[in-house]
Amino acid sequence: MTGVKTWLDSWPVYRQLTGADPFGRGSAARSKATDATVSRTATADKVVKSVCPYCAVGCAQNVYVKDEKIVQIEGDPNSPINRGRLCPKGSASKQLVTSPTRVTTVKYRRPYGTEWEDLDLDTAMEMIADRVLAAREKGWQVEDGGNRVNRTMGIASLGGATLDNEENYLMKKLYSALGAIQIENQARI
Amino acid sequence: MPGLGASFGRGGATNFLEDLSNSDCIVIEGSNMAECHPVGFQWVTEAKARGAKIVHIDPRFTRTSAIADLHVPLRMGTDIAFLGGLIKYVLDNDLYFKEYVVAYTNAAALVSEDFVDTEDLDGLFSGFDAETRMYDEDSWQYDPEESDHSGAEQPAEAAEQEQSDDHPDVKSSDRAQSSGSGGPTIPSKPKRDETLQHPRSVFQVLKRHYARYTPEMVSEVCGIEPEVFEQVAEWVTANSNRDRTTAWVYSVGWTQHSVGAQYIRTCSILQTLLGNIGRPGGGIMALRGHASIQGSTDIPTLYNLLPGYLPMPHAMQHGTLDEYVADAAGKAGFWGNKRSYMVSLLKAWWGDAATAENDFAFDYLPKINGDHSSYRTIADMIEGKVSGYFLVGENPTVGHPNGRMNRFGLANLDWMVVRDLQMIESATFWKEGPEHETGELAPETIGTEVFFMPAATHVEKEGTFTQTQRVLQWRHKAVEPPNDARSDLWFYYHLGRMLRERLADSTDPRDRPLLDLTWDYPVEGETQDPSAEAVLREINGVGADGRALSSYMQMKEDGSTSGGCWIYCGVYADEVNQAARRKPAAEQGAVASEWGWAWPLNRRMLYNRASADPEGKPWSERKKYVYWDEAAGEWTGADVPDFEKNKRPDYVPPDGAKAQDALAGTDPFVMQGDGKAWLYAPSGVVDGPLPTHYEPVESVVENHLYSVQANPTVERIPGPWNRENPSLSEVFPFQVTTYRITEHHTAGGMSRTLPYLAELQPEFFVEVSPELARLRGLANGEFATLVSARTAIEAKVLVTERMRPIRLGGGQVVHQIGMPYHWSYAGISTGDSANDLLGIALDPNTHIQEDKVSTADIVPGRRPRGPELLEFVEEYRRRAGVDSGRVGVNGRAPVDADAGEGSTL
Repeated sequence: MTGVKTWLDSWPVYRQLTGADPFGRGSAARSKATDATVSRTATADKVVKSVCPYCAVGCAQNVYVKDEKIVQIEGDPNSPINRGRLCPKGSASKQLVTSPTRVTTVKYRRPYGTEWEDLDLDTAMEMIADRVLAAREKGWQVEDGGNRVNRTMGIASLGGATLDNEENYLMKKLYSALGAIQIENQARI
Repeated sequence: MPGLGASFGRGGATNFLEDLSNSDCIVIEGSNMAECHPVGFQWVTEAKARGAKIVHIDPRFTRTSAIADLHVPLRMGTDIAFLGGLIKYVLDNDLYFKEYVVAYTNAAALVSEDFVDTEDLDGLFSGFDAETRMYDEDSWQYDPEESDHSGAEQPAEAAEQEQSDDHPDVKSSDRAQSSGSGGPTIPSKPKRDETLQHPRSVFQVLKRHYARYTPEMVSEVCGIEPEVFEQVAEWVTANSNRDRTTAWVYSVGWTQHSVGAQYIRTCSILQTLLGNIGRPGGGIMALRGHASIQGSTDIPTLYNLLPGYLPMPHAMQHGTLDEYVADAAGKAGFWGNKRSYMVSLLKAWWGDAATAENDFAFDYLPKINGDHSSYRTIADMIEGKVSGYFLVGENPTVGHPNGRMNRFGLANLDWMVVRDLQMIESATFWKEGPEHETGELAPETIGTEVFFMPAATHVEKEGTFTQTQRVLQWRHKAVEPPNDARSDLWFYYHLGRMLRERLADSTDPRDRPLLDLTWDYPVEGETQDPSAEAVLREINGVGADGRALSSYMQMKEDGSTSGGCWIYCGVYADEVNQAARRKPAAEQGAVASEWGWAWPLNRRMLYNRASADPEGKPWSERKKYVYWDEAAGEWTGADVPDFEKNKRPDYVPPDGAKAQDALAGTDPFVMQGDGKAWLYAPSGVVDGPLPTHYEPVESVVENHLYSVQANPTVERIPGPWNRENPSLSEVFPFQVTTYRITEHHTAGGMSRTLPYLAELQPEFFVEVSPELARLRGLANGEFATLVSARTAIEAKVLVTERMRPIRLGGGQVVHQIGMPYHWSYAGISTGDSANDLLGIALDPNTHIQEDKVSTADIVPGRRPRGPELLEFVEEYRRRAGVDSGRVGVNGRAPVDADAGEGSTL
């Protein structure tokens, strides 16, 4: 009899008709698969505290990591600013990291070239360093309009406003030491 | 943000988002907060639930309007007229907060006899130079106090600088923006008339200036019913007094205008008169649009600023450190310590190589002498003046106005480095884009060498963002970036390391700044990532004892302290990363002082000394915030006082006092040279001491107030790739505005590439009213073509009553078009780029473009393809009387139609 009872109980319609869930929207509709399902947030190896990279509200995020991969990003309920909430962009931010179209290797386009080419990261860094020194030299001004300026007009830079403070700091510091002044940011826009 | 900086002394939002829930009335103007800052908007809905009135003033009916108690659909580009009307209403009806205005503002200050207002010069202030189209600001100054505390000690260098302050090369260098933390300098404190009756008192000047801003005038200019204006005026004034406060919220709907800084100034004047600054539920909330855009001006990658809003040295004015600090030396307010802040910065950068003997290596800094801002640089690129360009998380060919001009700029570089997550349009301009379709660009003509360097995402690196209300929040690293992806910190650290190694043996003095630079950051992990915490600690600063400083008040001018950004000093107090604090909201008070860290000195609400009356008592129990505790002899309350903790409210500065000691116990605006909020700006705003209504550069309406149509000092960058639509042109008869939607982010590199978001908002569209749809034969869901003197683009039409035609008194009907700007040809969700339609005309204070209002034509159907597009747009230019927009190879100097070689005809 126990076997029959178990068999009957596993049948949702039977549970709906006999149990406390006559509309079949709760316990009656649960299946074994449902019971076995656990949220990605529950099985994550760790939760890392972060901040949403989109608008400037500064919503705190909980980043769930399993096997060194991001499995979920949610709003941090402890934050006095967002109280756990995220907008569509913040909620989609896992895809920023895991996007299949994300480019994760260096690409190089030679002058007058028609296609991208692959390039080793170290080689690219060396080539960029060469070009920075050459452009700095080419655009160097000791004086302008009779005043000492000690700068280069050969190098310009435009940063986005998702740069960290520490990154902006190193950029401004390095560019200034190089004599580059045409250093700008989305903040102008 | 010179609008706020010149008014209050700092260019940051005055209050914090959560504090909006304490408001009794919230006016959102120049912002679609519900759409663009949706999670922050919860504090507006919370205020509404507590009974606050919510007003949305915007040409478009949006998600924000849907929640508001009242939507005011004013005509694009007329906010100064509306706000000026409110100022007049407040003054005429004696609704200003009298004790506040007399004690905490410059209402009582007397203005120079030489000042002449726009009302007497038909739209120009005194001092206008018709040739340079700039103002000489001398006549705008205060009438100086005879025995002032500071003027007598003014160094000779400062007097000389005042002479050169009005030189075009100095003016165009954007000195106004250096009032981001430290108000504009004034030669001396003014004479005052506490009765406010003197005809030259700021209060009376203000009254006369706005005398014509009647409800009828507002109605005529803004195109709204006088009753609507009266309703807003009633709600705002009824909710601004000892017991109640009103907050104003704005965003780029204000800044992106040719008079953008003046929009914010107008609001500052109004909120100051109403006594809403420095008080809970009050203030002006500048909503910034990117995760760390506030941080990007605090620690600026901007040509005219050094960290902490210290100006970049100017070639004409700042040959030495003495000259550099002369404008602040001996001045009242915290800006009086400029030398300490600057010497600490120089020590942070050049360490032992910066000594008292060598002026702390001041001469290592390059000098500016003009406008070197982003748009000017693009024009220079087209002329071949720039060799190399770094694009670091920015997609200007989509996100900046006039994408066409931007692409021509990139096509004339020797090389560029793009650091991004996705293959954005700015990285592929050499192989695809609108000008490839028209034959104006081709890979074979473009010599630009391009390096695409993959970047790390926000969870693959550690560091701080500074959000919209000045709060720094630390992000921990969750995972390592994949393959070649690296943080920008990694990239710049290692690039600097390599450059220093290459030049190690150089004897050229030009290389000393690089070789003497402090650049020995600890690195960690397989990829040798530099420590962001070490950088943050350097930013914070270190004292003579080698310990992290806890306040910028500890910074010294003798070189014994260092600190990379004085306003961030304290973020590493007690050797603790204060930005990483995450004490749960439920475990602390409403101000949440232990969540992250806010500049300055963890003060969450700026100027909060003004939340108490001159004697230091709360204005009311209901609006109690920071107040004087006589028994303890200190300021106390819910927040860190934005004031010297032990300065008594009855403190009067002795003769000869300097810096903060020269400010009285009743001067809450501690970064201002006079400690007051500025109703009238005697300096710091280059296009006038008072805001006044001008039409946008591209307008279909004649200026109702003056024969001067638009801001006379607007900055233009002329060229065939940046033609301007003439005002009042029948060829470009409609107004256009651009905006964002919730599901996408700016130029789309972080949203059009994400499947979830691309699915939510799959294609480019424009919003038009049913009336305009009928007028032009546009059908919902069908394509339309929009045309300007720059180019033509196509979009799907959304016919909606959310867009409302404006009927002006004379019978003129103004049609307005709404256009989100997220799209371009790359990514998952694609479309033409709205910004291609726009030209570049700039606010002279900020060099920010006017893209919130322009003109265009709209016709049914898709745009022409290929070279036919060029002829189509050229025909529009001819009809409008605009010069040709034809360009030569790679957008270089235009050539005559029959010139042959190099011509694209």
